Amino acid sequence: MRVACALALAALLVLPLFLSSYAVTLFIFIFFYAYLGQAWNIVGGYAGQLSAGHAAFVGVGAYASAMLSMHAGLTPWIGMFIGGALSACLGVVIGYLGFRFGLRGFYFVLLTVAFAEICRIVALNTEATGGAQGLYIMFTGNPRQFQFQDNRVYYYVALGLMLGATGIAAWIERHRFGAYLSAIRDDEAAAEALGVDTFRYKMLAMTISSFLTGVGGTFYAFYLFSLQPNAVFGIPLSVEIIIRPIVGGAGTLLGPILGSFILSPLAEVSRAYFQAGGWSGAHLIMYGGLLIAVVLFLPQGAYPFIARHLRLGQR
Amino acid sequence: MSAALLAVRGLSKRFGGLQAIRDLSFDMAPGEVLGLIGPNGAGKTTAFNLISGFLVPDEGDVVFDDRSLVGLKPHAVCQVGLARTFQIVRPFPRLSVLDNVKIGALGRRPAMAAAREHARAVIARVGLESKMLAAAGALTLPERKRLELARALATEPRLLLLDEVMAGLNPTEIVAILGLIEGINRSGVSILLIEHNMRAVMSLSHRIVVISFGEKIAEGPPAAVANHPKVVEAYLGDAYVHAPQA
Repeated sequence: MRVACALALAALLVLPLFLSSYAVTLFIFIFFYAYLGQAWNIVGGYAGQLSAGHAAFVGVGAYASAMLSMHAGLTPWIGMFIGGALSACLGVVIGYLGFRFGLRGFYFVLLTVAFAEICRIVALNTEATGGAQGLYIMFTGNPRQFQFQDNRVYYYVALGLMLGATGIAAWIERHRFGAYLSAIRDDEAAAEALGVDTFRYKMLAMTISSFLTGVGGTFYAFYLFSLQPNAVFGIPLSVEIIIRPIVGGAGTLLGPILGSFILSPLAEVSRAYFQAGGWSGAHLIMYGGLLIAVVLFLPQGAYPFIARHLRLGQR
Repeated sequence: MSAALLAVRGLSKRFGGLQAIRDLSFDMAPGEVLGLIGPNGAGKTTAFNLISGFLVPDEGDVVFDDRSLVGLKPHAVCQVGLARTFQIVRPFPRLSVLDNVKIGALGRRPAMAAAREHARAVIARVGLESKMLAAAGALTLPERKRLELARALATEPRLLLLDEVMAGLNPTEIVAILGLIEGINRSGVSILLIEHNMRAVMSLSHRIVVISFGEKIAEGPPAAVANHPKVVEAYLGDAYVHAPQA
Protein backbone atom coordinates (compact mmCIF):
# COMPACT_ATOMS: atom_id res chain seq x y z
CA MET A 1 0.00 0.00 0.00
CA ARG A 2 2.75 2.42 1.03
CA VAL A 3 4.83 1.45 -1.99
CA ALA A 4 1.87 1.93 -4.31
CA CYS A 5 1.22 5.40 -2.88
CA ALA A 6 4.88 6.38 -3.17
CA LEU A 7 5.00 5.20 -6.80
CA ALA A 8 1.80 7.06 -7.64
CA LEU A 9 3.18 10.20 -6.03
CA ALA A 10 6.45 9.94 -7.95
CA ALA A 11 4.48 9.48 -11.17
CA LEU A 12 2.36 12.56 -10.44
CA LEU A 13 5.50 14.61 -9.76
CA VAL A 14 7.13 13.88 -13.11
CA LEU A 15 3.92 13.66 -15.15
CA PRO A 16 3.68 17.34 -16.22
CA LEU A 17 6.93 16.98 -18.12
CA PHE A 18 5.20 14.66 -20.57
CA LEU A 19 1.66 16.02 -20.69
CA SER A 20 -0.03 18.36 -23.12
CA SER A 21 -1.28 21.65 -21.78
CA TYR A 22 -4.88 20.40 -21.93
CA ALA A 23 -4.02 17.28 -19.96
CA VAL A 24 -2.23 19.39 -17.35
CA THR A 25 -5.42 21.47 -16.99
CA LEU A 26 -7.39 18.28 -16.51
CA PHE A 27 -5.07 17.16 -13.73
CA ILE A 28 -5.32 20.58 -12.08
CA PHE A 29 -9.09 20.11 -11.89
CA ILE A 30 -8.67 16.58 -10.56
CA PHE A 31 -6.32 17.75 -7.79
CA PHE A 32 -8.29 20.86 -6.94
CA TYR A 33 -11.61 19.04 -6.60
CA ALA A 34 -9.90 16.23 -4.72
CA TYR A 35 -8.60 18.92 -2.34
CA LEU A 36 -12.06 20.44 -1.85
CA GLY A 37 -13.51 16.94 -1.48
CA GLN A 38 -10.92 16.05 1.15
CA ALA A 39 -11.67 19.26 3.05
CA TRP A 40 -15.39 18.41 2.96
CA ASN A 41 -14.59 14.82 3.92
CA ILE A 42 -13.41 15.89 7.38
CA VAL A 43 -16.84 17.11 8.43
CA GLY A 44 -19.06 15.40 5.85
CA GLY A 45 -17.32 12.04 5.64
CA TYR A 46 -15.56 11.27 8.92
CA ALA A 47 -18.02 13.13 11.14
CA GLY A 48 -21.03 12.36 8.94
CA GLN A 49 -22.40 15.90 9.06
CA LEU A 50 -23.68 16.42 5.54
CA SER A 51 -22.86 19.98 4.62
CA ALA A 52 -24.34 20.75 1.21
CA GLY A 53 -23.25 24.37 1.23
CA HIS A 54 -19.47 24.15 1.13
CA ALA A 55 -19.45 26.48 -1.88
CA ALA A 56 -20.05 29.26 0.66
CA PHE A 57 -16.56 28.68 2.07
CA VAL A 58 -14.95 28.61 -1.38
CA GLY A 59 -16.72 31.87 -2.17
CA VAL A 60 -15.80 33.66 1.03
CA GLY A 61 -12.17 32.58 0.70
CA ALA A 62 -12.04 33.54 -2.98
CA TYR A 63 -13.64 36.97 -2.60
CA ALA A 64 -11.58 37.75 0.49
CA SER A 65 -8.18 37.09 -1.05
CA ALA A 66 -9.17 38.63 -4.41
CA MET A 67 -10.40 41.84 -2.80
CA LEU A 68 -7.43 42.04 -0.45
CA SER A 69 -5.17 41.70 -3.44
CA MET A 70 -7.05 44.23 -5.60
CA HIS A 71 -7.70 46.89 -2.99
CA ALA A 72 -4.95 46.47 -0.43
CA GLY A 73 -2.24 44.94 -2.60
CA LEU A 74 -1.92 42.01 -0.24
CA THR A 75 -0.31 38.97 -1.78
CA PRO A 76 -2.76 36.06 -2.13
CA TRP A 77 -0.16 33.83 -0.50
CA ILE A 78 -1.14 35.56 2.74
CA GLY A 79 -4.67 36.38 1.62
CA MET A 80 -5.45 32.70 1.23
CA PHE A 81 -5.04 32.20 4.96
CA ILE A 82 -7.12 35.27 5.77
CA GLY A 83 -9.78 33.94 3.40
CA GLY A 84 -9.52 30.58 5.11
CA ALA A 85 -9.92 32.20 8.52
CA LEU A 86 -13.01 34.11 7.38
CA SER A 87 -14.48 30.91 5.98
CA ALA A 88 -13.73 29.20 9.26
CA CYS A 89 -15.63 32.00 11.07
CA LEU A 90 -18.62 31.34 8.81
CA GLY A 91 -18.17 27.61 9.47
CA VAL A 92 -18.25 28.25 13.21
CA VAL A 93 -21.51 30.21 12.88
CA ILE A 94 -23.17 27.52 10.74
CA GLY A 95 -21.79 24.76 12.93
CA TYR A 96 -22.92 26.43 16.13
CA LEU A 97 -26.46 26.92 14.83
CA GLY A 98 -26.64 23.39 13.50
CA PHE A 99 -24.98 21.51 16.34
CA ARG A 100 -26.12 23.57 19.29
CA PHE A 101 -29.73 23.12 18.25
CA GLY A 102 -29.31 19.50 17.25
CA LEU A 103 -30.06 19.76 13.54
CA ARG A 104 -29.32 16.37 12.02
CA GLY A 105 -29.52 14.78 8.60
CA PHE A 106 -31.68 16.68 6.16
CA TYR A 107 -32.15 19.62 8.51
CA PHE A 108 -28.43 20.22 8.63
CA VAL A 109 -28.28 19.89 4.84
CA LEU A 110 -30.97 22.58 4.53
CA LEU A 111 -29.20 24.88 6.97
CA THR A 112 -25.93 24.70 5.05
CA VAL A 113 -27.65 25.20 1.69
CA ALA A 114 -29.51 28.19 3.10
CA PHE A 115 -26.28 29.84 4.25
CA ALA A 116 -24.63 29.32 0.87
CA GLU A 117 -27.65 30.85 -0.83
CA ILE A 118 -27.60 33.82 1.54
CA CYS A 119 -23.93 34.37 0.67
CA ARG A 120 -24.74 34.18 -3.04
CA ILE A 121 -27.57 36.70 -2.80
CA VAL A 122 -25.53 39.06 -0.66
CA ALA A 123 -22.64 38.92 -3.12
CA LEU A 124 -25.04 39.46 -6.03
CA ASN A 125 -26.39 42.63 -4.44
CA THR A 126 -23.28 44.15 -2.94
CA GLU A 127 -21.45 46.77 -4.95
CA ALA A 128 -18.12 46.16 -3.24
CA THR A 129 -18.05 42.58 -4.51
CA GLY A 130 -18.94 43.65 -8.03
CA GLY A 131 -22.56 42.52 -7.84
CA ALA A 132 -23.74 40.10 -10.51
CA GLN A 133 -20.75 40.95 -12.69
CA GLY A 134 -18.39 39.76 -10.04
CA LEU A 135 -14.69 40.44 -9.92
CA TYR A 136 -12.09 40.14 -12.63
CA ILE A 137 -8.48 39.72 -11.69
CA MET A 138 -5.91 41.15 -14.03
CA PHE A 139 -3.40 38.61 -15.27
CA THR A 140 0.13 39.72 -14.53
CA GLY A 141 1.90 36.38 -14.47
CA ASN A 142 3.58 37.48 -11.27
CA PRO A 143 4.17 34.55 -8.87
CA ARG A 144 3.85 36.98 -5.98
CA GLN A 145 0.25 37.50 -7.14
CA PHE A 146 -0.38 33.74 -7.23
CA GLN A 147 -0.20 33.93 -11.02
CA PHE A 148 2.00 31.82 -13.22
CA GLN A 149 2.92 31.94 -16.90
CA ASP A 150 3.41 28.21 -16.89
CA ASN A 151 0.29 26.13 -16.31
CA ARG A 152 2.46 23.46 -14.73
CA VAL A 153 3.08 25.61 -11.68
CA TYR A 154 -0.66 25.53 -10.98
CA TYR A 155 -0.41 21.77 -11.37
CA TYR A 156 2.13 21.56 -8.56
CA VAL A 157 0.26 24.01 -6.35
CA ALA A 158 -2.98 22.02 -6.76
CA LEU A 159 -1.10 18.78 -6.12
CA GLY A 160 0.39 20.33 -3.00
CA LEU A 161 -3.04 21.41 -1.76
CA MET A 162 -4.44 17.91 -2.30
CA LEU A 163 -1.52 16.26 -0.52
CA GLY A 164 -1.65 18.77 2.32
CA ALA A 165 -5.36 18.20 2.97
CA THR A 166 -4.85 14.45 2.69
CA GLY A 167 -2.00 14.67 5.19
CA ILE A 168 -4.27 16.50 7.63
CA ALA A 169 -7.03 13.94 7.12
CA ALA A 170 -4.51 11.14 7.65
CA TRP A 171 -3.35 12.73 10.90
CA ILE A 172 -6.95 13.07 12.10
CA GLU A 173 -7.68 9.46 11.18
CA ARG A 174 -4.80 8.19 13.29
CA HIS A 175 -5.66 10.13 16.41
CA ARG A 176 -8.42 10.26 19.00
CA PHE A 177 -10.08 13.10 17.10
CA GLY A 178 -10.70 10.86 14.09
CA ALA A 179 -11.90 7.93 16.18
CA TYR A 180 -14.37 10.24 17.92
CA LEU A 181 -15.59 11.63 14.59
CA SER A 182 -16.39 8.17 13.27
CA ALA A 183 -18.20 7.36 16.53
CA ILE A 184 -20.25 10.54 16.14
CA ARG A 185 -21.06 9.57 12.55
CA ASP A 186 -22.26 6.11 13.60
CA ASP A 187 -24.29 7.01 16.72
CA GLU A 188 -24.13 10.38 18.38
CA ALA A 189 -26.00 9.49 21.57
CA ALA A 190 -23.81 6.44 22.14
CA ALA A 191 -20.71 8.58 21.61
CA GLU A 192 -21.96 11.10 24.21
CA ALA A 193 -22.60 8.28 26.67
CA LEU A 194 -18.99 7.14 26.26
CA GLY A 195 -17.60 10.54 27.20
CA VAL A 196 -17.29 12.13 23.75
CA ASP A 197 -18.03 15.86 23.74
CA THR A 198 -19.89 15.56 20.45
CA PHE A 199 -20.62 19.28 20.12
CA ARG A 200 -16.98 20.22 20.54
CA TYR A 201 -15.65 17.66 18.08
CA LYS A 202 -18.26 18.45 15.45
CA MET A 203 -17.41 22.15 15.78
CA LEU A 204 -13.71 21.36 15.44
CA ALA A 205 -14.33 19.26 12.32
CA MET A 206 -16.48 22.01 10.81
CA THR A 207 -13.86 24.67 11.55
CA ILE A 208 -10.98 22.74 10.01
CA SER A 209 -13.09 21.78 7.00
CA SER A 210 -14.33 25.30 6.32
CA PHE A 211 -10.84 26.74 6.79
CA LEU A 212 -9.33 24.39 4.23
CA THR A 213 -12.20 24.96 1.83
CA GLY A 214 -11.72 28.72 2.18
CA VAL A 215 -8.02 28.37 1.38
CA GLY A 216 -9.13 26.57 -1.79
CA GLY A 217 -11.12 29.66 -2.73
CA THR A 218 -7.89 31.55 -3.37
CA PHE A 219 -6.75 28.92 -5.81
CA TYR A 220 -10.13 29.14 -7.53
CA ALA A 221 -9.91 32.94 -7.85
CA PHE A 222 -6.32 33.13 -9.05
CA TYR A 223 -6.55 30.21 -11.41
CA LEU A 224 -9.74 31.29 -13.17
CA PHE A 225 -9.17 35.08 -12.78
CA SER A 226 -12.88 35.76 -12.41
CA LEU A 227 -15.43 35.39 -9.65
CA GLN A 228 -19.19 35.39 -10.17
CA PRO A 229 -21.55 34.89 -7.25
CA ASN A 230 -23.63 32.32 -9.10
CA ALA A 231 -20.58 30.24 -9.92
CA VAL A 232 -18.63 30.50 -6.68
CA PHE A 233 -21.49 30.44 -4.16
CA GLY A 234 -23.92 28.36 -6.24
CA ILE A 235 -25.42 24.98 -5.41
CA PRO A 236 -23.73 23.36 -8.45
CA LEU A 237 -20.29 24.02 -6.91
CA SER A 238 -21.45 22.54 -3.59
CA VAL A 239 -22.58 19.46 -5.50
CA GLU A 240 -19.20 19.24 -7.24
CA ILE A 241 -17.50 19.31 -3.83
CA ILE A 242 -19.71 16.65 -2.26
CA ILE A 243 -20.10 14.18 -5.06
CA ARG A 244 -16.44 13.20 -5.39
CA PRO A 245 -15.91 11.97 -1.83
CA ILE A 246 -19.31 10.26 -1.86
CA VAL A 247 -18.57 8.41 -5.09
CA GLY A 248 -15.02 7.64 -3.97
CA GLY A 249 -15.91 6.76 -0.39
CA ALA A 250 -16.88 9.29 2.26
CA GLY A 251 -14.94 8.97 5.48
CA THR A 252 -12.01 7.20 3.81
CA LEU A 253 -8.64 8.82 3.25
CA LEU A 254 -8.34 8.04 -0.45
CA GLY A 255 -12.04 8.28 -1.28
CA PRO A 256 -12.06 11.97 -2.31
CA ILE A 257 -8.97 11.49 -4.48
CA LEU A 258 -10.32 8.38 -6.17
CA GLY A 259 -13.68 10.09 -6.65
CA SER A 260 -12.01 13.05 -8.27
CA PHE A 261 -9.98 10.84 -10.60
CA ILE A 262 -13.24 9.16 -11.66
CA LEU A 263 -15.48 12.21 -11.90
CA SER A 264 -13.35 15.20 -12.87
CA PRO A 265 -12.30 13.83 -16.29
CA LEU A 266 -15.85 12.60 -16.86
CA ALA A 267 -17.26 16.01 -15.99
CA GLU A 268 -14.72 17.79 -18.16
CA VAL A 269 -15.29 15.59 -21.21
CA SER A 270 -19.06 15.55 -20.91
CA ARG A 271 -19.17 19.28 -20.28
CA ALA A 272 -17.18 19.88 -23.45
CA TYR A 273 -19.39 17.53 -25.49
CA PHE A 274 -22.72 18.60 -24.05
CA GLN A 275 -21.87 22.25 -24.35
CA ALA A 276 -20.86 21.80 -27.99
CA GLY A 277 -24.25 20.19 -28.59
CA GLY A 278 -26.08 23.01 -26.85
CA TRP A 279 -26.78 20.85 -23.77
CA SER A 280 -24.84 22.77 -21.17
CA GLY A 281 -25.71 21.59 -17.69
CA ALA A 282 -26.48 18.07 -18.85
CA HIS A 283 -23.45 16.82 -16.91
CA LEU A 284 -25.39 17.58 -13.74
CA ILE A 285 -28.03 15.07 -14.84
CA MET A 286 -25.24 12.57 -15.29
CA TYR A 287 -24.08 13.31 -11.72
CA GLY A 288 -27.59 12.60 -10.50
CA GLY A 289 -27.66 9.25 -12.26
CA LEU A 290 -24.21 8.35 -10.99
CA LEU A 291 -25.12 9.30 -7.44
CA ILE A 292 -28.19 7.05 -7.54
CA ALA A 293 -26.07 4.20 -8.88
CA VAL A 294 -23.46 4.64 -6.14
CA VAL A 295 -26.06 4.80 -3.38
CA LEU A 296 -27.73 1.66 -4.77
CA PHE A 297 -24.71 -0.48 -5.53
CA LEU A 298 -21.74 0.94 -3.58
CA PRO A 299 -23.22 2.79 -0.61
CA GLN A 300 -19.78 3.03 1.01
CA GLY A 301 -18.26 4.43 -2.18
CA ALA A 302 -15.74 3.09 -4.66
CA TYR A 303 -12.64 2.99 -2.46
CA PRO A 304 -13.89 0.52 0.17
CA PHE A 305 -15.15 -1.68 -2.68
CA ILE A 306 -11.82 -1.66 -4.47
CA ALA A 307 -9.88 -2.05 -1.23
CA ARG A 308 -11.93 -5.11 -0.34
CA HIS A 309 -11.31 -6.68 -3.71
CA LEU A 310 -7.61 -5.94 -3.71
CA ARG A 311 -7.41 -6.97 -0.05
CA LEU A 312 -5.88 -3.68 0.98
CA GLY A 313 -6.11 -2.43 4.52
CA GLN A 314 -9.14 -0.27 5.31
CA ARG A 315 -7.96 3.28 4.97
CA MET B 1 -20.75 15.25 53.77
CA SER B 2 -22.52 11.96 53.12
CA ALA B 3 -20.86 8.62 52.51
CA ALA B 4 -23.14 7.95 49.56
CA LEU B 5 -21.54 7.49 46.14
CA LEU B 6 -24.77 8.48 44.43
CA ALA B 7 -27.57 10.46 46.04
CA VAL B 8 -30.76 11.01 44.09
CA ARG B 9 -32.80 13.78 45.73
CA GLY B 10 -36.42 14.57 44.94
CA LEU B 11 -36.08 13.95 41.23
CA SER B 12 -39.10 14.86 39.08
CA LYS B 13 -39.69 14.88 35.35
CA ARG B 14 -42.84 15.62 33.42
CA PHE B 15 -43.45 14.99 29.72
CA GLY B 16 -46.44 17.14 28.80
CA GLY B 17 -49.34 15.61 30.75
CA LEU B 18 -47.36 12.59 31.93
CA GLN B 19 -45.55 12.74 35.24
CA ALA B 20 -42.81 10.27 34.33
CA ILE B 21 -40.87 10.58 37.61
CA ARG B 22 -42.23 12.10 40.82
CA ASP B 23 -40.08 13.00 43.81
CA LEU B 24 -37.69 10.07 43.46
CA SER B 25 -34.97 9.76 46.10
CA PHE B 26 -32.50 7.02 46.91
CA ASP B 27 -28.87 6.59 47.92
CA MET B 28 -26.16 4.24 46.78
CA ALA B 29 -23.17 3.30 48.89
CA PRO B 30 -19.76 2.75 47.27
CA GLY B 31 -19.45 -0.83 46.04
CA GLU B 32 -23.18 -1.44 46.16
CA VAL B 33 -25.32 -3.20 43.57
CA LEU B 34 -28.72 -1.53 43.52
CA GLY B 35 -31.57 -2.97 41.48
CA LEU B 36 -34.14 -0.57 40.05
CA ILE B 37 -37.30 -2.46 39.20
CA GLY B 38 -40.89 -1.70 38.36
CA PRO B 39 -43.60 -2.58 35.87
CA ASN B 40 -43.31 -1.50 32.23
CA GLY B 41 -43.66 2.24 31.89
CA ALA B 42 -42.84 2.87 35.55
CA GLY B 43 -40.13 5.37 34.61
CA LYS B 44 -36.97 3.31 35.11
CA THR B 45 -35.29 4.34 31.89
CA THR B 46 -36.38 7.95 32.43
CA ALA B 47 -34.65 7.81 35.81
CA PHE B 48 -31.51 6.52 34.07
CA ASN B 49 -31.69 9.31 31.53
CA LEU B 50 -32.05 11.88 34.30
CA ILE B 51 -29.08 10.52 36.22
CA SER B 52 -26.82 10.17 33.17
CA GLY B 53 -27.48 13.64 31.79
CA PHE B 54 -29.56 12.67 28.76
CA LEU B 55 -32.57 14.42 30.31
CA VAL B 56 -32.62 17.47 32.57
CA PRO B 57 -34.87 17.05 35.63
CA ASP B 58 -37.67 19.53 36.30
CA GLU B 59 -36.86 19.34 39.99
CA GLY B 60 -34.43 17.60 42.26
CA ASP B 61 -30.75 16.83 42.27
CA VAL B 62 -28.38 14.02 41.40
CA VAL B 63 -25.25 14.08 43.55
CA PHE B 64 -22.33 11.86 42.60
CA ASP B 65 -19.39 11.83 44.94
CA ASP B 66 -20.59 15.08 46.60
CA ARG B 67 -20.92 16.80 43.24
CA SER B 68 -24.17 17.71 41.49
CA LEU B 69 -24.56 16.23 38.03
CA VAL B 70 -27.63 18.26 37.08
CA GLY B 71 -26.87 20.41 34.05
CA LEU B 72 -23.88 18.35 32.97
CA LYS B 73 -23.98 16.95 29.45
CA PRO B 74 -23.84 13.14 29.17
CA HIS B 75 -20.18 13.17 28.13
CA ALA B 76 -19.26 15.15 31.24
CA VAL B 77 -21.24 12.73 33.42
CA CYS B 78 -19.26 9.89 31.86
CA GLN B 79 -16.00 11.73 32.50
CA VAL B 80 -16.68 12.05 36.23
CA GLY B 81 -17.02 8.28 36.39
CA LEU B 82 -20.62 7.31 35.72
CA ALA B 83 -21.15 5.18 32.60
CA ARG B 84 -24.37 3.79 31.20
CA THR B 85 -25.55 1.21 28.71
CA PHE B 86 -28.64 1.52 26.54
CA GLN B 87 -31.62 -0.81 26.79
CA ILE B 88 -31.75 -0.90 23.00
CA VAL B 89 -28.10 -1.50 22.21
CA ARG B 90 -26.40 1.22 20.21
CA PRO B 91 -23.15 -0.11 18.76
CA PHE B 92 -21.22 1.95 16.23
CA PRO B 93 -22.19 -0.42 13.41
CA ARG B 94 -19.43 0.44 10.94
CA LEU B 95 -16.66 0.21 13.50
CA SER B 96 -15.05 -3.03 14.61
CA VAL B 97 -15.64 -4.38 18.11
CA LEU B 98 -12.14 -3.22 19.03
CA ASP B 99 -12.77 0.30 17.72
CA ASN B 100 -16.14 0.44 19.47
CA VAL B 101 -14.56 -0.31 22.84
CA LYS B 102 -11.63 1.96 22.06
CA ILE B 103 -14.00 4.94 21.87
CA GLY B 104 -14.85 4.34 25.52
CA ALA B 105 -11.20 3.83 26.47
CA LEU B 106 -9.96 7.01 24.76
CA GLY B 107 -11.57 9.24 27.38
CA ARG B 108 -9.00 8.39 30.04
CA ARG B 109 -6.25 7.22 27.68
CA PRO B 110 -5.99 9.74 24.84
CA ALA B 111 -3.12 7.96 23.06
CA MET B 112 -4.46 5.49 20.51
CA ALA B 113 -2.03 2.68 21.37
CA ALA B 114 -2.81 2.85 25.10
CA ALA B 115 -6.55 2.97 24.44
CA ARG B 116 -6.28 -0.01 22.10
CA GLU B 117 -4.43 -2.04 24.72
CA HIS B 118 -7.01 -1.23 27.35
CA ALA B 119 -9.85 -2.00 24.94
CA ARG B 120 -8.31 -5.41 24.18
CA ALA B 121 -8.19 -6.23 27.86
CA VAL B 122 -11.81 -5.20 28.41
CA ILE B 123 -12.95 -7.20 25.36
CA ALA B 124 -11.18 -10.25 26.75
CA ARG B 125 -12.90 -9.69 30.08
CA VAL B 126 -16.37 -9.79 28.53
CA GLY B 127 -15.42 -12.76 26.34
CA LEU B 128 -15.57 -11.18 22.91
CA GLU B 129 -11.94 -11.85 21.86
CA SER B 130 -12.98 -13.96 18.90
CA LYS B 131 -15.01 -11.04 17.52
CA MET B 132 -12.35 -8.39 18.09
CA LEU B 133 -12.11 -7.32 14.46
CA ALA B 134 -15.68 -8.04 13.37
CA ALA B 135 -17.88 -5.07 12.48
CA ALA B 136 -20.21 -4.35 15.38
CA GLY B 137 -23.15 -4.31 12.97
CA ALA B 138 -22.57 -8.01 12.28
CA LEU B 139 -22.82 -9.22 15.90
CA THR B 140 -25.66 -11.31 17.35
CA LEU B 141 -27.83 -9.80 20.09
CA PRO B 142 -26.02 -11.50 23.02
CA GLU B 143 -22.72 -10.32 21.56
CA ARG B 144 -24.07 -6.81 21.21
CA LYS B 145 -25.12 -6.82 24.85
CA ARG B 146 -21.59 -7.78 25.83
CA LEU B 147 -20.19 -5.11 23.54
CA GLU B 148 -22.47 -2.52 25.15
CA LEU B 149 -21.15 -3.59 28.54
CA ALA B 150 -17.53 -3.59 27.36
CA ARG B 151 -17.77 -0.08 25.95
CA ALA B 152 -19.18 1.33 29.16
CA LEU B 153 -16.60 -0.58 31.20
CA ALA B 154 -13.78 0.77 29.05
CA THR B 155 -14.55 4.29 30.30
CA GLU B 156 -13.36 3.04 33.72
CA PRO B 157 -16.45 4.13 35.65
CA ARG B 158 -16.93 4.05 39.39
CA LEU B 159 -20.64 3.61 38.87
CA LEU B 160 -22.10 1.55 36.04
CA LEU B 161 -25.73 2.01 35.00
CA LEU B 162 -26.96 -1.14 33.27
CA ASP B 163 -30.27 -0.87 31.46
CA GLU B 164 -31.62 -4.38 30.88
CA VAL B 165 -28.40 -6.00 29.77
CA MET B 166 -30.06 -9.42 30.10
CA ALA B 167 -33.19 -8.78 28.03
CA GLY B 168 -33.38 -11.11 25.07
CA LEU B 169 -30.75 -13.53 26.37
CA ASN B 170 -31.33 -17.24 26.99
CA PRO B 171 -30.79 -18.77 30.46
CA THR B 172 -27.25 -19.96 29.70
CA GLU B 173 -26.26 -16.54 28.45
CA ILE B 174 -27.85 -14.92 31.50
CA VAL B 175 -25.80 -17.08 33.85
CA ALA B 176 -22.66 -16.07 31.97
CA ILE B 177 -23.44 -12.35 32.10
CA LEU B 178 -24.44 -12.60 35.79
CA GLY B 179 -20.97 -13.92 36.56
CA LEU B 180 -19.48 -11.13 34.53
CA ILE B 181 -21.42 -8.42 36.38
CA GLU B 182 -20.52 -9.92 39.76
CA GLY B 183 -16.88 -9.86 38.72
CA ILE B 184 -17.13 -6.20 37.71
CA ASN B 185 -18.69 -5.37 41.07
CA ARG B 186 -16.00 -7.27 42.94
CA SER B 187 -13.38 -5.18 41.16
CA GLY B 188 -14.85 -2.15 42.96
CA VAL B 189 -17.40 -0.78 40.51
CA SER B 190 -20.81 0.09 41.94
CA ILE B 191 -23.72 -0.98 39.79
CA LEU B 192 -27.20 0.45 39.31
CA LEU B 193 -29.25 -2.11 37.48
CA ILE B 194 -32.57 -1.97 35.65
CA GLU B 195 -33.71 -5.51 35.06
CA HIS B 196 -36.89 -7.39 34.32
CA ASN B 197 -35.40 -10.79 34.98
CA MET B 198 -36.42 -11.17 38.64
CA ARG B 199 -34.20 -14.09 39.46
CA ALA B 200 -31.20 -12.22 38.12
CA VAL B 201 -31.97 -8.95 39.85
CA MET B 202 -32.74 -10.69 43.15
CA SER B 203 -29.48 -12.61 43.13
CA LEU B 204 -27.30 -9.70 42.05
CA SER B 205 -28.66 -6.77 44.04
CA HIS B 206 -27.69 -5.87 47.58
CA ARG B 207 -30.75 -3.64 47.74
CA ILE B 208 -33.69 -2.95 45.47
CA VAL B 209 -35.71 0.19 44.75
CA VAL B 210 -39.15 -0.37 43.26
CA ILE B 211 -40.91 2.34 41.30
CA SER B 212 -44.40 2.40 39.86
CA PHE B 213 -46.00 5.23 37.89
CA GLY B 214 -42.88 7.29 38.48
CA GLU B 215 -42.91 7.02 42.27
CA LYS B 216 -40.83 4.95 44.65
CA ILE B 217 -43.11 2.43 46.34
CA ALA B 218 -40.61 0.27 48.15
CA GLU B 219 -36.93 -0.01 48.99
CA GLY B 220 -34.90 -2.60 50.84
CA PRO B 221 -33.16 -5.96 50.66
CA PRO B 222 -34.38 -8.23 47.82
CA ALA B 223 -36.34 -10.67 49.97
CA ALA B 224 -38.23 -7.94 51.83
CA VAL B 225 -39.04 -6.04 48.67
CA ALA B 226 -40.35 -9.12 46.87
CA ASN B 227 -43.02 -9.66 49.52
CA HIS B 228 -43.90 -6.02 50.01
CA PRO B 229 -47.67 -5.63 49.48
CA LYS B 230 -47.29 -2.52 47.32
CA VAL B 231 -44.83 -4.32 45.05
CA VAL B 232 -47.12 -7.30 44.65
CA GLU B 233 -49.97 -4.93 43.90
CA ALA B 234 -47.95 -3.00 41.31
CA TYR B 235 -46.92 -6.13 39.47
CA LEU B 236 -49.97 -8.35 39.82
CA GLY B 237 -52.88 -6.10 40.90
CA ASP B 238 -54.38 -5.69 44.37
CA ALA B 239 -56.36 -8.97 44.11
CA TYR B 240 -53.09 -10.78 44.77
CA VAL B 241 -51.97 -8.75 47.78
CA HIS B 242 -53.84 -10.90 50.27
CA ALA B 243 -53.64 -14.16 48.36
CA PRO B 244 -51.85 -16.99 50.14
CA GLN B 245 -48.21 -17.36 49.22
CA ALA B 246 -47.44 -20.21 46.84
